[in-house]
Amino acid sequence: MLFTSYLFIGFVLLTLLLYYSFPKRFQWMILLAASMVFYAYSGWSNLIYIAVTIVSTYFATIQIGKLQNKTEIYIKEHKQELSREERKAYKGTMKKKQRILMVTCLLFNLGILAVMKYTNFTIDNINKIAEMFQKGTISFFDIALPLGISFYTFQTMSYLIDVYRAKHPPENNIFRLALFTSFFPQIIQGPISRFEDLSQTLYGPHDRDRRQIMFGLQRILWGFFKKLVIADRLVIAVNSIINNTDSYDGIYVFLLMILYSIELYADFTGGIDITIGIAQMFGISVRENFERPYFSKSIVEFWRRWHITMGTWFKDYIFYPISVSQPMLKLSKNSRKVLGDALGKRVPVYFATFVTWFATGIWHGASWNFIVWGLLNCLVIIVSQEFTPFYEWFHKHFPYGNTTWYKAFQIMRTFLLMSAIRVLDCYRNVGLTFKMVGTIFTKWNLMDLLQTGWSSLGLTIADYILLFAAVLLVFAVSMLQRSGSVREKIERKGPFAAYMIFLLLFLCILVFGAYGTGYDSNQFIYNQF
Amino acid sequence: MNELLEILQDLHPEIDYDTHTQLVTGKVFDSFDIVTIIAEVNDTFDVTIPAEEIVEKNFDSAKALYALITRLMDED
Repeated sequence: MLFTSYLFIGFVLLTLLLYYSFPKRFQWMILLAASMVFYAYSGWSNLIYIAVTIVSTYFATIQIGKLQNKTEIYIKEHKQELSREERKAYKGTMKKKQRILMVTCLLFNLGILAVMKYTNFTIDNINKIAEMFQKGTISFFDIALPLGISFYTFQTMSYLIDVYRAKHPPENNIFRLALFTSFFPQIIQGPISRFEDLSQTLYGPHDRDRRQIMFGLQRILWGFFKKLVIADRLVIAVNSIINNTDSYDGIYVFLLMILYSIELYADFTGGIDITIGIAQMFGISVRENFERPYFSKSIVEFWRRWHITMGTWFKDYIFYPISVSQPMLKLSKNSRKVLGDALGKRVPVYFATFVTWFATGIWHGASWNFIVWGLLNCLVIIVSQEFTPFYEWFHKHFPYGNTTWYKAFQIMRTFLLMSAIRVLDCYRNVGLTFKMVGTIFTKWNLMDLLQTGWSSLGLTIADYILLFAAVLLVFAVSMLQRSGSVREKIERKGPFAAYMIFLLLFLCILVFGAYGTGYDSNQFIYNQF
Repeated sequence: MNELLEILQDLHPEIDYDTHTQLVTGKVFDSFDIVTIIAEVNDTFDVTIPAEEIVEKNFDSAKALYALITRLMDED
């Protein structure tokens, strides 16, 4: 059910109506029922996969919780009799049992994700090797990827690990856990919520708060604007360039870099605006996933501000556990002995960074272009880390770091670097991507683009003007956001001004949204992950 | 505490660790710094800071970090 379809809008309105009509204690059950309907709409069989993940996570966490309680009670009751060493040994034994449960459940659910998402990728690679040795090939599996499997698997994994870490107790009601796992606005493209955050508001009860509903609606409209007016219009030019590699090289690839970055931003942040807006209408707070990422001055900062919930997930559950594990601490000691203090201590951090970015790449998709994309991000981060002393020296001798021009240069540099790496996402083929990016430096066809090329990409002059105005509006809103919520600012102008502004936005979506002949309302880019 | 301050000074000599209370939330420390601190603490104090203890409140000030180290040493 596409977020931008009439069916989905009707579905949300009906759910909202039921949600606020029934007694408050039933609100979360209505959300669960709606989430199940939403999910079943993608295919009945998909329900089996998500149900298996919910049930396995539920039983594992309940058992872990029981073991934690048992440990606590036993230690309390035998405090006097047990020596410190005995207490430690008992805790160790119990923790080991919990770890076995946690790891088993983790591998089980990751196994489902791996089989569903990576089987054909593995077969494809085996076949390529087999072809090299002129051996027979294996047939591909006919598997449809269950909706949102990467997102809900990661969400339940964080829940499981947090229970194991005793960050919060397990949820005793399996249906409440099912709602956390399947909450329909966020299941297909995130944000990847943590139980300790989402559970604060997910289960209600919620009064019908007119202001929150209005704010939610406004956020949804803004999301629709970005998706339908910008992303779904830009995708036409983007696809024209991607699908015609013979005609569109050189400056067109540079144009693709810029247009795709804007499209992805409008598409992904638009989708998240719709998600957060819908949740807000139900009185539920969902974590923000973006913090004006294109204003970042370095790639490290960019990743703190883009797809935040995914970044923090990988940091908390992969990067840190690897970095501070005993083997890594041992590696740190040994590498310092061999390579010296300065370089040696960075070896384990870089190793963990490599693993994290490899995992981030492959999470995005079962293909080499995503893996290379992840590793290129890793490379840029490590190189910039290694260049830190040079930057410090530079800023000491050339103190322009705080000037507006230098900051603008840093922002532009980060944007172009991220955009260049992202071209891998466009061509979906590593060799082709490098070849096409290479033509930016070898083929000089700027005049071709300026004279006739721009009009051959499927957009009219009116489309370009509209896109320019819309992007300018998004930029202006981003600038305004720096000093606080734009919706609150509009609210302070009074109800009439607020209604007029959002009526105008609504009309803009109706009039300028990319519909009709030649346009298709497209699936959100992040739905495929 | 002095040993810990030495570790932290090595990383960011420009910071006054007696008064700064937003080392993580104020984005002074990034994830690379945190991992470096953990490795140094492991060397100096012979204590392992587990991943679940890597939360803002434990790393936002030198005092909080020292309290964490002391607690983990006691638990050992």
